[in-house]
Amino acid sequence: MSERRNGEVVVRVEDLHKSFGHLEVLKGIDMQVHRGEVVVVFGRSGSGKSTLLRCINFLEDPTKGVIEVAGIRLEGGTRTRHKRELIRRLRIRTGMVFQQFNLFPHMTALQNVMEGPITVKGKPEAEARGLAMHFLEAVGLADKADEYPIRLSGGQQQRVAIARALAMEPEVMLFDEPTSALDPELIGEVLEVMKSLSTELHMTMIVVTHEMGFAREVAHRMMFFHEGKILEEGPPSEILTNPRFPETKRFIDAVL
Amino acid sequence: MDRLALASARVPFNLKVGIVWFAVFLLIVFFFWIAAFDLPWMEEKAGYILGGLRYTLLISLGGIGLAIVLALIGALGRLSHHPIAYGVSGFYTSFFRGTPLIVQMFLWYLALPQIGINLLQKYPGLPAQLKDVLTLDAAIAGTLALGFNYGAYMTEIFRAGIQSVGHGQSEAADALGMTYAQKMRRVILPQAFRVIIPPTGNEFIAMMKDTALVSILGATATTAEMFRRAQLVGKASFKNLEAYVLVAGMYWLLTAIFTFFQRRLERRMSKGYVRAGAGAPMPSAPAGIGA
Repeated sequence: MSERRNGEVVVRVEDLHKSFGHLEVLKGIDMQVHRGEVVVVFGRSGSGKSTLLRCINFLEDPTKGVIEVAGIRLEGGTRTRHKRELIRRLRIRTGMVFQQFNLFPHMTALQNVMEGPITVKGKPEAEARGLAMHFLEAVGLADKADEYPIRLSGGQQQRVAIARALAMEPEVMLFDEPTSALDPELIGEVLEVMKSLSTELHMTMIVVTHEMGFAREVAHRMMFFHEGKILEEGPPSEILTNPRFPETKRFIDAVL
Repeated sequence: MDRLALASARVPFNLKVGIVWFAVFLLIVFFFWIAAFDLPWMEEKAGYILGGLRYTLLISLGGIGLAIVLALIGALGRLSHHPIAYGVSGFYTSFFRGTPLIVQMFLWYLALPQIGINLLQKYPGLPAQLKDVLTLDAAIAGTLALGFNYGAYMTEIFRAGIQSVGHGQSEAADALGMTYAQKMRRVILPQAFRVIIPPTGNEFIAMMKDTALVSILGATATTAEMFRRAQLVGKASFKNLEAYVLVAGMYWLLTAIFTFFQRRLERRMSKGYVRAGAGAPMPSAPAGIGA
């Protein structure tokens, strides 16, 4: 843990603010995520945790503040042409997994995973195919390579979505409530894959989730979001068993 | 009476409808017969009128091609946040939907050449070819008029088709680092076209009928489309009844054929990755304030 803390910073967020109209959802977030670290972000709905993830890869434009991913440093505010290009480069190094999977329905599982390497990175098809098969194997779905998403279960779709993000060989993976849309019996297979990303690939991950079992087992650090701010953070052993704030305790009691 | 109802119930509905169609057809033939139709004349002229099919098809194919390009650009403009793109596409759809097609045809055919003439008078330095460039052949003017007019209406079809693709798809493409063009080409448009193609087929069939309006611009006897030819031969030998019935039948047959293919296309498009009755395959979360 401490060795990780001393490692290279992959994601840096400085004084991040985000408003939707008059509603300020993020009220000054500062955080650093180190290489190989798994950070679980949790908190009530509307506390801003999803918005944080979406600001990190600029699916939402931060109102104010600085985002830095893998050395690409960007300020919030208006987009310029130059900034648009930097955002694109930042996104190439950032993998995102959505609550609703958002697989491309007109492509097979394999084509979904090959799409980024071919279209965005310009890799030759044969190489992209090998890469895609490798990551489909990693999520345990090599045998479903030629299926269209509609023929896959929710858990399988989400695993393909994880493979699609991995195929871009990102520096950090962002998970936006990856199991919230799944039937309870399918949650385990997705969490299992996510755990393997950390233990086997040492992937840097920021995970927004309410799965406290996963957090206890896999997270190096937990952050509790409350009203647009990080109310408290620390290792799972501390946060889950001995939270400092009553808000944190109440929330953990509610979801456990 | 009961027995009749029971017997009737045994006859399939489609068969009954077929009998009705046949009866109406016989009735019409009967009227033609008592109206002393000049059938030999019709037989003689049918070939000439049908010769216009080439131009009818050429104008409608050129028109729909132009309309598709304009509708795609128009729809992307309507969905853009760029003031110029949004403004120009809005102006385009407003003008071409807000004025009669026939007026637009005359603008292309008769008003445009005058611009060339007036400009040359005012600015003698301009190249003299300008007048010729702006003086369009009737078929060309008709194609442009149909293309621009239908493109404006089809902009809405394309816009709706693009918007039917869930927002999550756009975000997934963005998150991979795709450019706008890559996202459109690889992710959004392939999905949108499933929605766009069937109604575009309808527009094509409608346009085939509207090519008849090009006849008003006048064309020589050899390059005229079907309706113009019917007009020419009908007037020449006082056989208006025969000529117009003949050409109406030709349009009808033409649209019937294309409607048949259109239906098949529609059925094929509705299959595919959308499971029957399952609705949208990828419900996407509404964009907005995240949890």
